[in-house]
Amino acid sequence: MSGSQSLQPLQQFLVKTLIPINVFGFDLSLTNSAAFMLGATGLIVLGLGLGLRRTTGLPNRVQTLAELPFSFVEGMVLENNGKEGLPFVGFLTSIFLFVLMGNLLGLLPFAFTFTSQIIVNFSLAFLILCVVTVYGFIRNGAGFLRLFLPEGVPLWIAPILVPVELVSYLSRPVSLSIRLFANMVAGHSILKIFAFFTASLGVFGIVPLAVNVGLIGFEFFVAFIQAYIFTLLSCMHLNDTLHSH
Amino acid sequence: MSMNTIAAALAVLPLGLVAMAMGSIFNKAIESIARNPEANDPIRKLVFIGFAVVESVALIAFVVAVLILYK
Repeated sequence: MSGSQSLQPLQQFLVKTLIPINVFGFDLSLTNSAAFMLGATGLIVLGLGLGLRRTTGLPNRVQTLAELPFSFVEGMVLENNGKEGLPFVGFLTSIFLFVLMGNLLGLLPFAFTFTSQIIVNFSLAFLILCVVTVYGFIRNGAGFLRLFLPEGVPLWIAPILVPVELVSYLSRPVSLSIRLFANMVAGHSILKIFAFFTASLGVFGIVPLAVNVGLIGFEFFVAFIQAYIFTLLSCMHLNDTLHSH
Repeated sequence: MSMNTIAAALAVLPLGLVAMAMGSIFNKAIESIARNPEANDPIRKLVFIGFAVVESVALIAFVVAVLILYK
């Protein structure tokens, strides 16, 4: 077995079709990415549903545990946005839990990390951009465009400043999604490379195995940090529309 | 030694600067916590945020190198 296979670290990110479903020419088949997304959502719903089934005024231990993500994100929103950001706590907690589950489920053996697909991350970040922009227009009207030309700025600088601000605003979901995608791809590629060394070195494979154990611990840490950073940067973008400059 | 390999090697060259930036984040954080131990909690949060943002630059370079090599 060792030495007969070549090192291909990127093969683990291939999306494979598990159950082909073809509806009127649309390809709605169940892929491994979709299966893991359903699993992540199912786990979140199960965990929160079991914990919040009987809510009393004084929470017992299970209810406190189920309310932990909400209180964590609520603390983050209150710190960044103040009281006006509180309606967004549910939305941001959903994003946080989805990304966290996606990152963590990929660490199981033979599992697929759906947050390593850039289209998944870009869909999430684009959704956040749309929500934040639409809310900005609802709340501020046309004054939302003051975000790109702050007050007190002389008018002759506008042709330079407005495109730069516009590009910076539109590149935020891109940077959000690429950060998460690159972290997941790089982490899992390194794990695959060290696993290949473990399998191909025989007895001396104990050294890359020890490194791999440490790296899996580091990947757990990175999974939490990346989910936190994703939600935190979404809070900051929301802050730009809630309190425009 | 194809141009792909040379291009991928050039793409990961700026990781040295990323390592310097990472070191300076933690350098200042440790020094400031040593000066004022009460500032532990806010500084620790900022350290993790800074770490993740700087790490993303390093990983973008890595992804570019991998794209060059395997496309």
